[in-house]
Formats: sequence, C-alpha cells, structure tokens
Amino acid sequence: MRNRLATQPLFELSKPGRRGTQLPPCDVPQRDVAELLPTEAQAAALPPLPEIAEPEVIRHFTNLSTLNMSVDTHFYPLGSCTMKYNPKRNERLASLPGIVDLHPYQPESTLQGMLRLLCELQEILAEISGLPAVSLQPAAGAHGELTALMVAGAHFRELGESRTKVLAPDSAHGTNPASARMAGFDSVMVKSSESGLVDIGDLRSKLDEQAAVFMITNPNTLGLFDQQVNEIADLVHQVGGLIYLDGANMNAIMGITRPGDFGADMMHFNPHKTFSGPHGGGGPGAGPICVRDALGAYLPTPVVERDGNQFRLADNRPRSIGRVRSFFGNVGVLVRAYCYILSHGSDGLRRVSENAVLNANYLLSRVRHILPVPHGHRCMHEFVATADDLKKRTGVTAMDLGKRLLDYGFHAPTVYFPLTVPECLMIEPTETESKETLDAFAEALFRITEETPELLHETPHSTFTSRPDEVAAARKPRLKWSRPDTEEKPKH
Amino acid sequence: MNPEELLYCETHEWVSISDQGPDKIATVGISQFAVDQLTDLVFMELPEPGAEISAGDEFGEVESVKAVSSLYSPVSGKIVEVNRDLPDNLDTLSEDPYGAGWIIRLLVSDDSSLGPLLDFQAYQKQCAEEG
Repeated sequence: MRNRLATQPLFELSKPGRRGTQLPPCDVPQRDVAELLPTEAQAAALPPLPEIAEPEVIRHFTNLSTLNMSVDTHFYPLGSCTMKYNPKRNERLASLPGIVDLHPYQPESTLQGMLRLLCELQEILAEISGLPAVSLQPAAGAHGELTALMVAGAHFRELGESRTKVLAPDSAHGTNPASARMAGFDSVMVKSSESGLVDIGDLRSKLDEQAAVFMITNPNTLGLFDQQVNEIADLVHQVGGLIYLDGANMNAIMGITRPGDFGADMMHFNPHKTFSGPHGGGGPGAGPICVRDALGAYLPTPVVERDGNQFRLADNRPRSIGRVRSFFGNVGVLVRAYCYILSHGSDGLRRVSENAVLNANYLLSRVRHILPVPHGHRCMHEFVATADDLKKRTGVTAMDLGKRLLDYGFHAPTVYFPLTVPECLMIEPTETESKETLDAFAEALFRITEETPELLHETPHSTFTSRPDEVAAARKPRLKWSRPDTEEKPKH
Repeated sequence: MNPEELLYCETHEWVSISDQGPDKIATVGISQFAVDQLTDLVFMELPEPGAEISAGDEFGEVESVKAVSSLYSPVSGKIVEVNRDLPDNLDTLSEDPYGAGWIIRLLVSDDSSLGPLLDFQAYQKQCAEEG
C-alpha cells in the first residue's frame, strides 16, 4: 500500500525540535553568533528548514522515488525523446575515482587522461557526423543549436554579410525557432508537404540572400528520412546559406549515413538520446556540436588539442565566439557517451540504429491495425499514429489513450507533437526493447481502444495522482509553497 | 455577429467591416474552428491601442494547453480598441468567438489593404480540408 503520509511535503511533516541525529555536548567554548558576525551579516530569523527524523526523510524520498515511471521500471516509448535503456556499466565507469575526483583547476599535466578521453570523443563524434571540427562545451542539445547559430553568425559577419533569417520546417522541434530568435535571427517556418517531408516549393520561395541557416531534423519528427536532403542542401548552399542538422534523431542513422555526407554544415548530438547520457530531470546535459572545417575557427574555446602524446586546452583562437559554458561543459555526461561508444564499437553503433529502426517498424506494423499511421507503412526509429478518427467517432482523445496506458504499466508515447498531425501519438520503442515488450504494448493499446469513452476520460486510475487540471495550473499557477496556516490566495 | 457574413484569413482570424461616418472600422476575432482546434485556452497577449499594423502582421498571441498560436491582422490600419477583459476571461473567447470574444478593432487605413480574405463558404472548405 502507498504511504501517503510519508510523501507529504517535508515542510508539512516538520515538528519543532525533531532531529535526525543527537550530537554529544560541544567540548569547545560556545560563542554567540552575534559576537562573531557583524550585524549586517546576520539574518533576522533562522531559515524555516524542516525538522524531521531520519526514518521520515528516508521514507519520504524512497516512497517518492517509486511514484514515477522511468526507463529502469517501465517501457517508455516517448517519441522524439529516445528513452532508451542506459547500460549501468557506463554509470560505474563514470563514477571511478580517477574521473569524479578530478578538479578542473588541476594543472593540465595531471589531467592528461581526461583530456585524452575528451580529445578522442571529439575525434569519434567527427567521424560519426562527417563534420571534422567539434566543440564539447554546450550543456544541452538546444544550447548546441544556439552555439552553432552563433558560429554561423560569426561566419557571416566575417564575410561582411548581415543575414537575418533562420528557416525550419513546421514539424521541427520547438527549440529550433527558439534558438534562432535567441541567436538574433528571425525564425521562418517552412511548410511540410502532404507526405510529411519538406515542401521544396515553399522552401524555394523563402530562400534568398537573407537566409542564413536552414535547420533540418533528419530523420524528421514523423520518423521519416527526408531523401530530398541533398537537393535541399544544394538549394540552401546556392544562396550562400548553411545547413544545420538537429541531431535529435541520430539514433536512427549512426554508422549508416553521416550528416556531413548529406549536406549538413553543422549539427549537434544529444548524448542523452544517443549515447546513454542521463535522461531528463533538468540536467546536467551535454550537446556537443560538429561543424565543417571552414567553421571550426569560430567554435567556442577552449578546445582539446592533441600534440603528439600530450593533450592541452587550447584557447588561442582569435575568431572564436568565446566560451559558452563554465570549465569544459558537463564532462560527466561526456564520459558516459565515450564509454557507450567504445563499448559498442563502430559495428555495434550501426546495429543500435538498425535495431532501433527494426523495432519501430515492427511496432508500426502492429499499431497501424489499431490507429491510423498517416505517413506510410515504413518508418525510421519512430512513427506517428493519430487518434483523430477515434476522437471524431467516440470523443476519446490521444491524451485519454496516453493516460490509460499508465494504468496498463506503460509510459505514454509523446502526444500532440509534432503539431502537423492532429491528435497524434508519437511512438519510439528504441533498440533495447524485446519483441515481447512491443507485443504487450500493442496489445494494451488495442484493448484500450475497445474501452468506453467514459472510463477513458477519467484515467489514469492506478497512479498516485490522476489527471492534474492543466488549464487551472496554467491559468492560475501556484509557484511557491507557503505554510498551510499562512496560505495566501493564489494571485492571477 | 453572424459568422456567415464575415470574412476570414487562412490563419483563422475573422473580420467584420462597418462604416462609421467616413471611417471604416474593422472588428477582428478568431473563428469557432480556431477555438475548437486550440482547445482549453490558458493565456493571451494583446497589443496596445494606437499601434499601426499591416495586413498579415502579428498583433498578439493566444496560448492553449496544446500550443501557442500567433494572431495575424486581416487588414491594415491603426488599432483603436482592444478587448482588454479577454485575457482574464478566456472562457468568453471559447464560448462566444464571434460576439463578446472579439479581440481588436482597427481604423482601416485603405480598402486595398483588405488582401486575399476568404468568404464563409471558402473558409468552411479550408477548415474541412484541415480538420
């Protein structure tokens, strides 16, 4: 049974004077804080920290940790997010004392092992991407996008050009237009064709000498590889623009094709999607970027350079856009990526992508008999089904299906993204799932579509909380905890 | 307003133009179809009166639990009135998009700025294709 007492907020469990430890009396003379600190350094009152005994703290966090779904507990087909299983070996290796006990202020001569690891990771990512110049600094995929667009901006400034537009298809991740605006460009949306690929006519009409970068996700968010990508790259290059590849979907093409070979000039990797970095939770993350040689001079400094058997952090790069992250980015995530890549090897990485695509196609072949999959009977690593007909017929929405899956012990797929497909469910099984798991998921989805709308509208029934009121949460958010006895009415 | 007598943008705004003396005043809102597609609204950002905008310019945005959508002006002109109560009463927009849920009024700058608007039937056809 659930212990609902233990999972109340710690502040509400607090009782004055309760402690987790009892310390022996202090054996040195005590002095009053007021004697030791000047008045301006003293707070008016002690901070209201919760006062709780150890078992309550342990029960609080242990119970909370069981309320969530995770890749370690459930199948998690969250399309676009590539929630694949992270092998525990990488966690163990990344926790070795020789790695976690390093300090970035140590002399370089004592950091040679880490610098070698990072340098080799740069070389490996260059090989996988087909783009030779690498920066490991960005702290997330979207940060990589921003960094690369700043690199593009520096490139055009040096050419004496003031290009204003960054284009992206309407199926793009929301980070693409956001990064464009943050980097100082106008964001221009390019339509998708009926088949879900870039509408070449619309792209042509929006390409001119103001076009700086076209951002493309390939395979795209519908799980389709856009085979027009060479033609797209030619069109963009003809007007002097650059191609940015959003590497969110690299899990589908590793070792099979390389962005640098199909026309991309810049890209990022998402190690948490592709190379077993920790998934989500707000970080830490990493978003290494790879660019063509001609753009390498603008990459953030420092970069790791190899000089024979010696490695150093080089910042003698006058054309660099400068540093984008403190120290050297989130090295712990990069270490996991390095371990993942080396333990698979080049053949293994290719098999990862082949199995990710195979699993997605197998699941697609089952799901399409349950819900329409509008963009064909083949996909890359993920596919998009729609509950639009179901909603029109019965009122059951994609959200209802997603919520009900939780009751069946599966995490929901991504819903309502991409925006180009109504009532969509974006399903990405990843390479680490067995046929039995995929069959069980398809079976559960089928059974759910046979259930009554009344039941489905009120799901989930088995989770700690059922449906949050998303509308009230967005309209009248309560962003701050306050003591129940002094509770203020939420402001809106 | 009677939706059958309004003109529409492809981007789902409606406009009604009335003569007030020598001036033409355009009232602008969003269609029932747009409201249905957006689902539950949570936030709305509106412009200040006095701004000059051209047909096709973004004049505000509306956010639902699903997405943020820009609002585009069907006509060119000066914004003379804004339905300021709307952001705090989003249900009004959901329940009465052609009446109390109007969004802005503009003093139309010239007739030629009306641009390629759709009549009710053409707009219905577009919605049927999209929906």
